[in-house]
Amino acid sequence: MSETKFTKDHEWVRLDGGVATVGITDHAQTALGDVVFVDLPEVGREVAAGEAVAVVESVKAASDVYAPIAGRIVEVNGALADNPGAINAAPTSDGWFFRIEAADAEEVAALMDEAAYAAYVDSLA
Amino acid sequence: MADSTEQLLDTPLASLHRELGGRMVPFAGYAMPVQYPAGIMQEHLHCRAAAALFDVSHMGQAELVGEGAAAALERVTPADVQILKPGRQKYGLLTMAEGGILDDFMVANMGDRLFLVVNASRKHVDLPYIESVLPAGVSLRPLPDRALIALQGPQAVAAIATLAPGIAALSFMGVGAFTIAGVPALVSRSGYTGEDGVEVSVPADQAEAFARALLALPGVAPAGLGARDSLRLEAGLCLYGNDIDETTSPVEATLTWTIGKRRRMEWNFPGAERVREELASGTTRLRVGIRPEGRQPARGHTPVHAPGGAAIGEVTSGGFGPSINGPVAMGYVARDHAADGTALDLMVRGKAVPARVAPMPFVPHRYAR
Repeated sequence: MSETKFTKDHEWVRLDGGVATVGITDHAQTALGDVVFVDLPEVGREVAAGEAVAVVESVKAASDVYAPIAGRIVEVNGALADNPGAINAAPTSDGWFFRIEAADAEEVAALMDEAAYAAYVDSLA
Repeated sequence: MADSTEQLLDTPLASLHRELGGRMVPFAGYAMPVQYPAGIMQEHLHCRAAAALFDVSHMGQAELVGEGAAAALERVTPADVQILKPGRQKYGLLTMAEGGILDDFMVANMGDRLFLVVNASRKHVDLPYIESVLPAGVSLRPLPDRALIALQGPQAVAAIATLAPGIAALSFMGVGAFTIAGVPALVSRSGYTGEDGVEVSVPADQAEAFARALLALPGVAPAGLGARDSLRLEAGLCLYGNDIDETTSPVEATLTWTIGKRRRMEWNFPGAERVREELASGTTRLRVGIRPEGRQPARGHTPVHAPGGAAIGEVTSGGFGPSINGPVAMGYVARDHAADGTALDLMVRGKAVPARVAPMPFVPHRYAR
């Protein structure tokens, strides 16, 4: 499995054999607060990079989650329906959202690494 | 954040909020804590289980003094203010000539004066409106140098009564003057959560010491505007600007109960013509409670349709109710669709979420009657 990469929309991406697992970062889940519902994309959907494909609802507000790369949705985390709190408790493991079969795996390599993302988050404060 | 460049005002508790880790957001021109590190869910549940402290100092406080103050106030509200006995408070609406609602407010009879609390977002329109109808001898005194702190929850009154035992003797909507932890305070047994509790007006320069004294009591934890909103929604209470505004009438908003019996014979309040007509003939729309199926919240401005059919209304407040452990909402629907149990479609991001009209409050009130 490759290193974890990050987007400016606060998603994390981990590529494994041409399939990218996507979730939201710890910074994002902290900002959102208690997650109560997620609207996940349909498996098989073709998505473009930057396209809004999922919605995460906290007590207070709804936020879009974007596809960090182009490709096809091949799996979604069905366990979140019963346990959306996993997004708060374990955002980068059990709280994953969906998996994309990458149209071009190089798109993942172009995303921020952990240090660059940390610097980006600091720049927002 | 789409903040305006306008300078936000601070309440007297601003430094305490930051010390407690409050996440500050702009609200009605003030920097207010939307939540503390515990988070909205936990703050909400703590209020229902124990006692939560809210800073509501952004709200407008004022006194109305002089012979005939109650009759003067009735020129801008359909509430029966004159019937209000000393030591009692009531909820009312400021109405407009065309029958819309200018604001909702609380009025207390302090014996020698009336004490008013209005919404932060509306105080700049309410106070001049009230002032404009006052006869000679009655005057309105804004109280910008006072803070307002709410302590809400089943343990709230027992907690604060350890500092001022007399508070426990107040009944729901009772008011009185007390000295609490050395601070002169005006206490009303009321609130905006559906729980038992108090709202306390104290001098701004003693507000922080007062709040610290309350936070030191067993069972008391701070809660922000996020929990305040989810609590009031579960309690079925209106938020001005969302659920009531200058276009909604008291009848449409199902707040007819705030209109005094005597006022319904006199019909001498602003908007009386519209209210009278709507009471006689019914309104085209009504405010109702809405329970969406499943867990997905439907937020304010979500269109409401008849199942598989035409648009019949709109959600005005909606979110997730932590005590319900599910989504709750309120909004306006066409009168034919307003009966409890009526099926609705809520159009969330273009997809129909099935829902039903439901009685409010969603969580039973637990006032000290």
